[in-house]
Amino acid sequence: MKFSLGPVQYFWPKTQMQQFYQQAADSAVDIVYLGETVCSKRRELKFNDYMALAHMLREAGKQVCLSSMTLLEAPSELRELSKYVDNGEFVLEANDTSAISGLQQKSLPFIAGAAINCYNQHTLRRLVAMGMTRWVMPVELSQQWLASILGQNESSAIRDKFETEVFAFGHMPLAWSGRCFTARSENRSKDQCELCCIHYPQGRDVASQDGTQVFVLNGIQTQSGYRYNLVNQLPSMQGLVDIVRLSPQPEGTFDWLNKFKANITGQAPQTLSKTDSNGYWLQLAGMASGH
Amino acid sequence: MELLCPAGSMPALKTAIEHGADAVYIGLKDETNARHFAGLNFDKQQLTKAAQFVHQHGKKLHVAINTFAHPDSWGHWQQAVDMAVDAGADVLILADIAVLAYAAEHYPKTELHLSVQASATNVAAIDFYRQFNISRVVLPRVLSMQQVRALAHSCDIDLEVFAFGSLCIMAEGRCYLSSYMTGQSPNTAGACSPAAFVRWEEKGDILESRLNNILIDRFAANETAGYPTLCKGRFTVGEDTYHALEEPTSLNTLDLLPILYKEGIRSLKIEGRQRSPAYVAQITQVWRAAIDTVKADPERFMVQEQWQQTLSSLSEGSQTTLGAYHRKWK
Repeated sequence: MKFSLGPVQYFWPKTQMQQFYQQAADSAVDIVYLGETVCSKRRELKFNDYMALAHMLREAGKQVCLSSMTLLEAPSELRELSKYVDNGEFVLEANDTSAISGLQQKSLPFIAGAAINCYNQHTLRRLVAMGMTRWVMPVELSQQWLASILGQNESSAIRDKFETEVFAFGHMPLAWSGRCFTARSENRSKDQCELCCIHYPQGRDVASQDGTQVFVLNGIQTQSGYRYNLVNQLPSMQGLVDIVRLSPQPEGTFDWLNKFKANITGQAPQTLSKTDSNGYWLQLAGMASGH
Repeated sequence: MELLCPAGSMPALKTAIEHGADAVYIGLKDETNARHFAGLNFDKQQLTKAAQFVHQHGKKLHVAINTFAHPDSWGHWQQAVDMAVDAGADVLILADIAVLAYAAEHYPKTELHLSVQASATNVAAIDFYRQFNISRVVLPRVLSMQQVRALAHSCDIDLEVFAFGSLCIMAEGRCYLSSYMTGQSPNTAGACSPAAFVRWEEKGDILESRLNNILIDRFAANETAGYPTLCKGRFTVGEDTYHALEEPTSLNTLDLLPILYKEGIRSLKIEGRQRSPAYVAQITQVWRAAIDTVKADPERFMVQEQWQQTLSSLSEGSQTTLGAYHRKWK
C-alpha cells in the first residue's frame, strides 16, 4: 500500500506552497500530485513553478504526477491545460474529460481523477483501453461498490493494467459551480473576487443554523464540512486499494501521514474527532461516521 | 430552434405535445434516469404508447437514461437502452461512458445526445464524447452566455441549453452534496435531496425544514417555505446567515431568447419532469409563443409582460434568475 498527497485544493501563497512541498520531500509519502485543480485565477504558482517543484520532489525520490483543472469553461483554460498534457515528463491526473481527450489523442497514459465519472466495470474497462493506468474512485463510492467493480470479470481480467487510489483524508471536493462562493461570502462577484480565497487557507466553514458544520467553501468548489478520515479503515482496504490519498491541509498533514502509515494493518487505530467522518466508505451518508 | 418539454407521465406528455412542444423528454420507471421519483416516469408499455402518440403528431421522443450504471446491475442500463430503442424513441440522452459506448455500438442509427450529467463544459470535453457518435450536447447550467456563444462558434455539434426551470447551480453530474447528506445522489440514485429524507417541524412561529436531520432552513410566519434542496438553504458563514450557495429561485432565459436564437442554439430545454400536466401546459404555451415570435422577427423580439408573469408564478419562491448565463450571477 502506497500513500499519496493529492493536489493542494486551497489557495496558498507561494512561500507556503514551497514550504509544504519541502516538507513533502522530507516526508515518507510515496506519490505527490501537483497542480491547480479548482480555479484558473489562482496563479501564485505558474506552470513552470509547478514543474520546478516536480523536479525537486522527483530528485527527493517521490513519484510525481501533475493534476489538471476540474471545471474548464474558457479557451484560455484549455490552452493552460495543454501545457500539462504536453509536459513530457510526468503522468497527468485528468480531472475532466477535456484532459483525457488530449492525452488519448497523443496516446499518453493518464490517471482518472475522482471527478471523472467511473461508476462501473464497463466504464473502467473503456478508460483502461484509452490509456488509464490509475483510477481514483469517485469520493461518494463505498468499499462495497469498489469491491463490486473489481470483482467483475471485466475488471479482474485487466487488473494488472491499472492501480486503484482512494481519497482517504481531508475535506472532500463535493461540487463545482460557475459561481464563486467565497467571493459571494464577501459580497463580491466572481469577476471582482480580488483573489479573496487566499485569506482562507482552509476554506470558509458553512454551518447550519443550529451549528452543524455542513460544507466548506473553497472558491467555486464546495467541500465536505467534515474532514474525511479513513485511518481506521485501512485494514479493510487490503487487496482493493493500491494507493491511499491524503489531501493537503494547512496543519497536521504529515502527522496524519505517519498515523496512517502506522495503522496499515490496524495496529495503531486513532480516535476520531466529532468533525471527522467516514460514511461514504461504509456505505452511509458521506457525513456520517461508523465503524 | 426546438422546444423540448419535460413529461413525467402520459397526461403531461400529451399536454406538452398539444400545447406546442417540438419534442418531449421522458425517463423510465427506475434508477436509470435523473428524476427517479415515486409515481413518475414510464414503463415499457407506456413508453411504446408515448412514442406512438408523439409520432402521430409528427414530433420527437427523447428518452433520458442519464444516471451512472451500478456494477451489480449494469444490465438495467443496457435493457433501458434496448427498451427505449425498441419502443421507438428518436433520441437517447446518455451520460455514462459505458452506456454511451453500448448505444453507439449496438444502435448506430439512433440519435444520441450527451446528457447534462456528463458535465461537458468546453470544446475538448465535447471532443472526447464525439467518439461515442453523439450529435448533440446538453450544456451544464454553469456557463455564461459569452461562454455558450464561444462554444457555439467553435463547435460544429448541435447545442441544447436549459431555458427554464429549477436551477442547478453546480456542474451537473459532479455534485455529491446530496449523497454527502443522505447517501443518495443524482449520480447513484437519480435524485437530489430525496423526499424520503425531508422533515418539517414547527417550533412556535418558526417552521424548520430538515434533510436527513440536517437543518436546511428556518422560516418565519411571513415567509414562503420552500422544499429543502440542500444548496438552497440558509446557512451561516462567518457572522452572516444567508443563502450561502443559492436562493430558492428558477432559471428563466426569456430575455436571452434572441441571442440564443441568433447563435444557432438547436434546442431549448424546459426542466421539470417531476411537475404536473397543468404546469407543463402553461410553460409550453409561453415558450411556444416566445419561440414563434423570435423566429418571425428576431430583431424586434420583445418579452411580453404576460409571459413573464406566467413564468414567475410557476417559479420557485416566485423568483427567477438568468443564472450563470449572466456574468454577474457568478
